[in-house]
Amino acid sequence: MLWPRLVRALVSRPLTDPAGAAPAETVAALGERLATTARARLGRSLAIREVDSGSCNGCELEVNALQNVAYDLERFGLRFVASPRHADVLLVTGPACRNMAEAMERALACTPEPRWVVAAGDCAVDGGVFKGSYAVHGGVGAVLPVDLLIPGCPPSPAQLLEGLLALLEAEAAPRQK
Amino acid sequence: MSALGLIRSGTPQGARPFERFLLTAQAWAGLPAALAAEPSLALLGLWAEPGTVHAAFLDEASHAVLLASAPAEGGRYAALSPARPGAIRFERAIRDLWGLSAEGAVDDRPWLDHGRWPVAGPMSGNPAPRPGAEPPQPEFLPVEGEGIHQIPVGPIHAGVIEPGHFRFHIQGEVVVRLEARLGYKHKGTLGLMLGKTARAAAAFAARLSGDSTVAHGWAFAAAVEAALGLEVPPRAVALRAAMAELERIHNHLNDWGFVCNDAAFAFPHARCGFLREGVLRACADAFGHRLMMDRVLPGGVAPDIAPGGGQAILAALDAVEAEIPALLRVYESHASLQDRVVGTGFLDPVHAARFAAGGFVGRGSGRAFDARIAPGYAPYDLLAPAIAVEAGGDVDARVRVRVAELRTAIALVRRLLMTLPEGETLVPLPARAGEGAALVEGFRGECLHWLRLDEGGVIRAVFLRDPSWLQWPLLEAAIEGNIVADFPLCNKSFNCSYSGVDL
Ligand code: SF4
Repeated sequence: MLWPRLVRALVSRPLTDPAGAAPAETVAALGERLATTARARLGRSLAIREVDSGSCNGCELEVNALQNVAYDLERFGLRFVASPRHADVLLVTGPACRNMAEAMERALACTPEPRWVVAAGDCAVDGGVFKGSYAVHGGVGAVLPVDLLIPGCPPSPAQLLEGLLALLEAEAAPRQK
Repeated sequence: MSALGLIRSGTPQGARPFERFLLTAQAWAGLPAALAAEPSLALLGLWAEPGTVHAAFLDEASHAVLLASAPAEGGRYAALSPARPGAIRFERAIRDLWGLSAEGAVDDRPWLDHGRWPVAGPMSGNPAPRPGAEPPQPEFLPVEGEGIHQIPVGPIHAGVIEPGHFRFHIQGEVVVRLEARLGYKHKGTLGLMLGKTARAAAAFAARLSGDSTVAHGWAFAAAVEAALGLEVPPRAVALRAAMAELERIHNHLNDWGFVCNDAAFAFPHARCGFLREGVLRACADAFGHRLMMDRVLPGGVAPDIAPGGGQAILAALDAVEAEIPALLRVYESHASLQDRVVGTGFLDPVHAARFAAGGFVGRGSGRAFDARIAPGYAPYDLLAPAIAVEAGGDVDARVRVRVAELRTAIALVRRLLMTLPEGETLVPLPARAGEGAALVEGFRGECLHWLRLDEGGVIRAVFLRDPSWLQWPLLEAAIEGNIVADFPLCNKSFNCSYSGVDL
């Protein structure tokens, strides 16, 4: 029966969490990095390509969780894409493993400008617990030009979302000052 | 002499709880032939330290675990791969990390070493500097036949998954051979653990494979405690098991959803994702971390479960349990979905047994092994969970094992939380020498950890073996003869860890 279901859907709470706000300071800093032309081109939506440069897969779990119905990313204009060629953002997780460095560089080369590189997770920020190993270069910044750091081990979906919203805000707001 | 007899004739080294026997190089050289004649002795792992090679075996009849070692004279030891195909990747990794070569090995191509590290043999004790030479092109096993072509995939994949390279040889639409090339995520984890105290090194075990952070954290802690002869408080034992079962629940939900999604069936994926999110949030309430990372420590658990955390978990599990029947109905009643999962990615029980595949990969192909039951460890000795075994060997069989385990795990968590003993959760570690090992059943299968501590309580030798070591090679067998389009489905139904085996 359709009716009881419709009625239930009307009175039950939505599965999706209410939206949070992006931290103003981060937005201002990101806005500084973005040229006006880029803002016009990116608009208020972002296509994200996740690149795992050697994580423990904890960060991937949370990036995946970010795509579940509780967060409903697309309402913000955020969407994960399958190729760096379709991406505005490279969301990189894990330390920069030496065995992944070439693949990371190639992914960046495939990503059209204007673009953002986000290092998500303590490992991506500075190598995390793996810093100093013969097998890693360090954080993602050791291989790619990073625009935004999202710390956490792993960062929760809410923290990841906050960072991504900051990118959106930076694109929307007229340049500070 | 039988392989078991050969190993037991070595000198006991005082490792706990599984004894390690030191063999002469000559006795070790007799192992391949003895193993070939004794299929019931399964190889669980093979690793090294400078100048010595170690192996772990499971006697499938008695479920006893025993370790064997031998000196690698002149940097060489007798390969076990002619008798145990599961040894192949270990032998390749041992050459790359410790610089020891396996004589008579089935495959001597590099594995973890892609020619991009600044040194060769980083764990060998005297790593050789390697000035920036061009990394060599990987070699793949050849395939002959008419109209064969190759599809290279990765290391970066299209979804949010870990990096690795898959080389498909295809005839028409059919996969003739798949070969995985991993090692992209090698982080030097084992090397970073050496010289650290057990407490400091626990962070690396917890980050071997994030989805199994509790299981690996527990296996590491249990190996340390075995080495030190330390008892952990009963409350810590119960909390460890509760966290390990919650980890099983969130991963099983995740992969069940993803398998359906890979068959273009988004509804179960959305529901499983939502239920799983509820479980993770409850874990955060109870333990202060969604994945419960760094909660299991050598000596116990810290912090203790938060007030109200138990209720949050029980509520989340009620929601999961209430929806499983409806989800199962959806899964079973849609022909388009069943058409994709039934008969797809068939893993022959013979192969599963030859590789001693653990977890739902083994149990989906009739291998009834679960480390919680045998060799067994507390608190499961009192809980005795039912083992789900399916004989089908296909994607569907692996899914069904996992759905059954979801239900068992929910019941286990409830019992553990309702009968949680009072008392402390963490005891200090005595600084003393010892050697220990542990087998802990994660959601993917048994995690085997081994280590040796010196008098100061510092790690001198260590190996962490994720269950995926013995499952990855079987994915290559399971995909043979399937169409390329079914690969994501097969891959997800195995869900092997990349980070776990890349070390
Ligand atoms: S930040 Fe933490 S969760 Fe993320 S890859 Fe590193 S160790 Fe894993």
